[in-house]
Amino acid sequence: MKDLDSNNTLETKDEIESIEIDLLLDGIYRRYGYDFRSYASASIRRRIWKFAEQEGLATISAVQEAVLHQSNMMDKFVLSLTVNVTTMFRDPAFFLALRNSVVPILKTYPMIRIWDAGCATGEEAYSMAIVLKEEGIYDRCRIYATDMNEDVLRKAKTGIFPLSHMKEFTDNYIQSGGKTSFSDYYTAKYDYAIINQELRQNIIFAQHNLVTDKSFNEFNLVLIRNVLIYFNEELRAKVLDLLHDSMASFGILALGKRESLKFSKLESFYEELDSAMKLYKRCA
Amino acid sequence: MSYKLIIVGCSLGGLSATKTLLAGISDDCTVPIVLIQHREQKAEVSMDNVLTNMMQRYTKRRIEEAEDKTPLNMNRIYLAPADYHVLIEHDCIALSADEPVTYARPSIDVAFDSAARTYGSGVICIVLTGASRDGAEGAASVESRGGLVVIQDPATAEKDTLPKCAVAATVKARVMNLEEIGPFISNIVREGGANRASRATG
Repeated sequence: MKDLDSNNTLETKDEIESIEIDLLLDGIYRRYGYDFRSYASASIRRRIWKFAEQEGLATISAVQEAVLHQSNMMDKFVLSLTVNVTTMFRDPAFFLALRNSVVPILKTYPMIRIWDAGCATGEEAYSMAIVLKEEGIYDRCRIYATDMNEDVLRKAKTGIFPLSHMKEFTDNYIQSGGKTSFSDYYTAKYDYAIINQELRQNIIFAQHNLVTDKSFNEFNLVLIRNVLIYFNEELRAKVLDLLHDSMASFGILALGKRESLKFSKLESFYEELDSAMKLYKRCA
Repeated sequence: MSYKLIIVGCSLGGLSATKTLLAGISDDCTVPIVLIQHREQKAEVSMDNVLTNMMQRYTKRRIEEAEDKTPLNMNRIYLAPADYHVLIEHDCIALSADEPVTYARPSIDVAFDSAARTYGSGVICIVLTGASRDGAEGAASVESRGGLVVIQDPATAEKDTLPKCAVAATVKARVMNLEEIGPFISNIVREGGANRASRATG
C-alpha cells in the first residue's frame, strides 16, 4: 500500500484504496465499456497493484489517470487483469475424464458444438481438439473459443507457442491418456512450435465478454474452468445463468477443479457426471 | 474483541504441527478455521482427500477442502486446495489461480493479508513451522490491522525459517510452544465472546 501522506492511519489508507478501486473500475466502465465492477474484490485488488508496480505507478489514482488518458495503457491493463497463464492439458486428470466420460456422450451426436469460455491464449481449446481428434469425432465438432480480450485471441489463433513449453505440454499430454506422441501435433521452427493446421480448422476464436454479452448459440459441452473464481457471487450467478441459457438438453458443463455448482441455483438442473473433475450434465 | 476467523499457515511437513494445534483447540471455540499449508505442486487429485481424512482424525470439527465461494461456517475447518491462492472475502473463501507468490500457491502471505483486510481485528493468525519466509509479511499485515498473531516458538519448530521471519516482521506477536497455542486461542476467543456478551447485557 503506497500513499502520499504518511500521516494517514492504515485504516484510512485501506479506505482510500477501496475508494480508488471503485472509482477506477467505474471510470473504465464509463470510458471503455469493460465492466470489472463485479470481479472478486481481493483478487482484482492484487491484480491492479501488480499492474501499478509493473508500470511504476505509485497509487491506484495514478493508474486511473493513465488508463483513462492513454488507450494503449488501457490495453495493457485489460491484459493484466484478465489473462490467466495456463498450459496445454492443465489438470491432466480432467482431460482423461473428458476422454472417458464426456466423449462417449458426444459421440452420440451427429454435430457437436463446444464452447470454451475464457479461452485466453488457446491452450485448452487445442488440448480439446487433440482429444477429439484421437477419439475420431473432431470432424463433427465446432469449438467456439471465446475471450473478452482481442490481443490474446490474436495470439491464440496463430497456434504458436514457445518451444520451451513443449516439455510440460508433453508430460501433461501423456498423463491425460494421450494415444500417440505429442510431437505429432506440432511443427518446431526456431524457438517456436506451431500447432498443426488440421487441429486448428474446427476452432473458431471469437470475442465474447461473459459480463456484458449474451448467449450466442446452444452447446453440447461448455468449458469454463477457473474463470468464475474471478467474479463475485452475484456476477458468478449471472454468468452461470448465461451458460445455462447456452446449454443444449443433456449438455455438459465443465468447471475448474475447485469450483462447483454447490450454492448456486443451477444445482438442481444438473447432475454430477464426475464429481471430482467437476463435470455436470444438464438434466432439466 | 470478538473474533471472526482463525487462519493458520505452515509449510509442507507441517502436518504433525497442525494436528497438535487442532487437538488443543477446545470444542467451544466455534470460530471458522482456515488452514493454509504448502503442498506438492503436482500432487495427485486423490491426495487432497488423503490429507483431509488424515487430519479429520484429530478434530471433531468437520474438515473440508475449500472450493471457490465456500461460505465460512462456524465449527468448520477449511483446507486450502493445492495450486490455488486462498482469499478471504466477507463470509466466504474465494480462490485464485494467479501466479505463485514467493514461489508458493497457495501463498500464506496472500491468504493472511486478505483475511486482515476483510476482518481486521477479528482475525487470529497462527504461524507454525515453515521452510520459507512466506507468511511473515502476511502476519505483519494481520498485526497492523489489529488482528492477533500467534507464532510457534522457532526453537521448537520443525523448520524455523517462517516462525523466525514472522517474529522479526511483527511487534506484538505472541510466541509460544506448539502445545500451548490451541488452549491459548480457545481462551482468547472465549474471553472475546464473554466480553461481547457482557457489553451487550451491560
